[in-house]
Amino acid sequence: MDLRAETPLFTGSDWDFALVNRIYEAIEPIAVDEMKLNVYPNQLEIISSEQMLDAYSSVGMPLFYKHWSFGKQFVTNEMLYRKGLRGLAYELVINSNPCISYIMQENSATMQALVIAHAAFGHNHFFKNNYLFRQWTDADGILDYLEFAKRYITLCEERHGQLAVERVLDAAHALMNQGVHRYPRVRPRDLRREAEREAERQAYRESIYDDLWRTVPIGAKAATIARDERLAVLGLPQENILYFLEKSGPQLAAWQREILRIVRLIAQYFYPQRQTKAMNEGAATYVHYRIMTMLHERGQITNGAFLEFLQSHTGVVYQPTYDSGHFGSFNPYALGFGIMTDVERICMDPTQEDREWFGDIAGSGDPLEVLKDIWANYRDESFISQFLSPRLIRQWRLFKILDQENDSEIRVDAIHNERGYRRIRRTLAQEYDIGQQEPDIQVVDVDLAGDRLLMLEHVVLNGVLLDEGDTTMVLQNLANLWGYEVALSEVDAENRNELRSHQAQPQPEWMR
Amino acid sequence: MHIVDRRLNPGGKSLVNRQRFLRRARAYVQKAVRDSLKDRSIRQLDKESEISIGRDAIYEPTFHRAGKGGNRERVLPGNHDYLEGDRIKRPEGGEGAGADAGTGEGNDDFQFVLSREEFLDLFLDDLELPDLAKRRLIGGEVDGIRRAGYSTAGSPSNLSVSRTMQKAMGRRMALRRPSGAEVQRIEEEMATIEALDPLRPEDADRLKRLREDHAHLVRRRNLIAYIDPVDLRYRRFEAMPRPVAQAVMFCLMDVSGSMSEHMKDLAKRFFALLHLFLSRCYEHVEVVFIHHTDRAAEVDEQTFFYSTVTGGTLVSSALDKLIEVAADRYRPDNWNIYVAQASDGDNMMQDNARVISLMQDHILPMAQYVAYLEVGRDKFPEAATTQSMTTLWQAYAPVAEAHRHFVMRKVAHRQEIYPVFRELFQRRGLGERAPS
Repeated sequence: MDLRAETPLFTGSDWDFALVNRIYEAIEPIAVDEMKLNVYPNQLEIISSEQMLDAYSSVGMPLFYKHWSFGKQFVTNEMLYRKGLRGLAYELVINSNPCISYIMQENSATMQALVIAHAAFGHNHFFKNNYLFRQWTDADGILDYLEFAKRYITLCEERHGQLAVERVLDAAHALMNQGVHRYPRVRPRDLRREAEREAERQAYRESIYDDLWRTVPIGAKAATIARDERLAVLGLPQENILYFLEKSGPQLAAWQREILRIVRLIAQYFYPQRQTKAMNEGAATYVHYRIMTMLHERGQITNGAFLEFLQSHTGVVYQPTYDSGHFGSFNPYALGFGIMTDVERICMDPTQEDREWFGDIAGSGDPLEVLKDIWANYRDESFISQFLSPRLIRQWRLFKILDQENDSEIRVDAIHNERGYRRIRRTLAQEYDIGQQEPDIQVVDVDLAGDRLLMLEHVVLNGVLLDEGDTTMVLQNLANLWGYEVALSEVDAENRNELRSHQAQPQPEWMR
Repeated sequence: MHIVDRRLNPGGKSLVNRQRFLRRARAYVQKAVRDSLKDRSIRQLDKESEISIGRDAIYEPTFHRAGKGGNRERVLPGNHDYLEGDRIKRPEGGEGAGADAGTGEGNDDFQFVLSREEFLDLFLDDLELPDLAKRRLIGGEVDGIRRAGYSTAGSPSNLSVSRTMQKAMGRRMALRRPSGAEVQRIEEEMATIEALDPLRPEDADRLKRLREDHAHLVRRRNLIAYIDPVDLRYRRFEAMPRPVAQAVMFCLMDVSGSMSEHMKDLAKRFFALLHLFLSRCYEHVEVVFIHHTDRAAEVDEQTFFYSTVTGGTLVSSALDKLIEVAADRYRPDNWNIYVAQASDGDNMMQDNARVISLMQDHILPMAQYVAYLEVGRDKFPEAATTQSMTTLWQAYAPVAEAHRHFVMRKVAHRQEIYPVFRELFQRRGLGERAPS
């Protein structure tokens, strides 16, 4: 086959709609027919940089309810952007069906090709196939649900005042990370029906309302129930604090419960993204790299455009070293893309070491099949713990440090040698395990017979306690929502000793 | 695949969120805005500006692990020469092992950019001009035209077609102008009759009647025009004089040798604030700079602030000059006059009487507001306030007693400029006298 048979799609950096269309039509057969990617229908939306800033500040969603924290985001981004400290992303992609990719009008033609390959096929395939997204999010309903949430919160603001709604949202946002079901496999939620459900409930409440009930004398106090029974009724222990408040908070009005529900469902929607950062970006980067290379091989993009692409690509996958002065943490693009290209190498051109470490995929000859399986069935933690190869550990010269409380110095625990590979890999995987990184906080009991004290427990791993200042503030919010005293005790995971405890009383003016 | 062009969608989706953020942080932002005056040069005062506020006001807490303590493991890239078992000194500040190193959190200030409007709003919040309403004048200048109904005469370009057609239609209906359809119907009927070959007598009669009707209709149509000159309507515009509030601000400053750079800087800040404030309240503000030693001269801004002139000190010369310029160019019945005078308080003792009389008899009656700012040395602010009163202060003190729109203040440090300014222009209840 003559690789240079085709004429380039474009030569300059200018683009118009017809060109974007042609680029898309050149990329689609490569992605769908050759790479066999399985994607949602695509919708590309051209936006200006200003609109990109807008989109940034509402967590990337096209519509969102109003809250000051998004304004805070906006002013920060705006300042960083205007001072030139931070460029804007070339694209933003939304996990919905159809999959919406925002592309900026300031991009050059090469960059448009890059972002179409990256977002409209890379991310899109990942969203549609990864088990976490399939299990937890409802791509069909998310936009409708956000629309409902926005409308509902505006309605609440009209009825109950902006301040009252803001207080509930502030408190709910503080607990957002504790508003996620982590373990049980929830039934797929039909977000579209959420709005109807709420309307039905409201109508039902209105139809059964009878003022007489208020006058019924309250009988003798019920006998104290056994602890087991109480826990069973309340569904305790419960790690999803927002869920617990929504269902069992004694002081909340119906609309406040609904707001908690909105915040928690949105948190749940973003939960998979937090667990698949490296994989998601890695997959998209791998896909765009492959597609752009193929376009170049076929002469559909010029050498100049390909160099422009490479410059941008290498910038994206750059990983500073720990002592370079701007190391924060691993670059998810670099990590994901690095491991995926390494998997490709293992499939195509394995060494003896690879055969020992990756017997099942080494030399399989079909890297795309292996990668697609990885993209569908792994998350960051399991992905790293299975596919980070000794070769990459050597290449990146990874080392592991151990920082112990009762030691005055940090110890280098493992380096890139035979003894260290597995330990480094395990530790790095743990850094991407959300269960390890986020504190394990659960509602354990409620003192129903007494003063309705809500008891929470933080299971302390490795002696790392909660941040004191933040915990006090969040607990205050929690107490306000609960309406009674709240206590949080930090308990060592191994010997169950209480290490520290926090309390908070509700503020009486909060409910007003 | 669809491509949707969203660029034309209305921007500013975050505006509401931004406003809510500013409302929430208002108290802090306001304080920051006022503090920012301290270290900002005058020229930047009414530009967009970056401000920073403490994070507390707008902090969003979450449950998360502390950055320090406990046992931690971490993997880092880029090992050069560490071997297993090596020991590294723990870096200060928790970095290196800190889980949140590099997330940028912590107690840094939160920085963002305020637009010029937002800045001024917060900056000049609840200040007001003394007696602003009293002398708002109708200036000679006409500031625009507005629609004023329709007229029967006008230029063709202003012809209102719809209104004209409406009128014409009304007239045609009132005068019963035959419609084209009516005429056509008769013509058709005539044609059918004419087409009959043997013309029966009753047909001939009918044809004759039809011809008469037709002629009548056509004549009516010709007499009653479709559009008559009386139907024409023109859009009418009228010039609308708008009240133009204009003000002139006289800046008076002593530039004799006793005025140090520091003092001039203080004065400049005060003048700049006043100018900023006036330009927000009046559409048009002019500034006149008069500096004086023992002689006064009207100068441009650059000379005013930066030139050095040697000589004695004769305040009355500046007042004379002011009166002269005002009489010449800024007549009090057309202008709101504001006077700001800055001096270190030096004056010839024998000049005082004349200063008082000029101020009381000429300047105060025509001015809206006169502010005298006595600038002291930075080094000994205490001394400046406890010092025996300066010559000029002695002269002005009784004037301030007697006139509520004459105020005087002492300032020794630039931090005090804004509070003093605020104090002078604070919004007051009706009828309350300005403390002086």
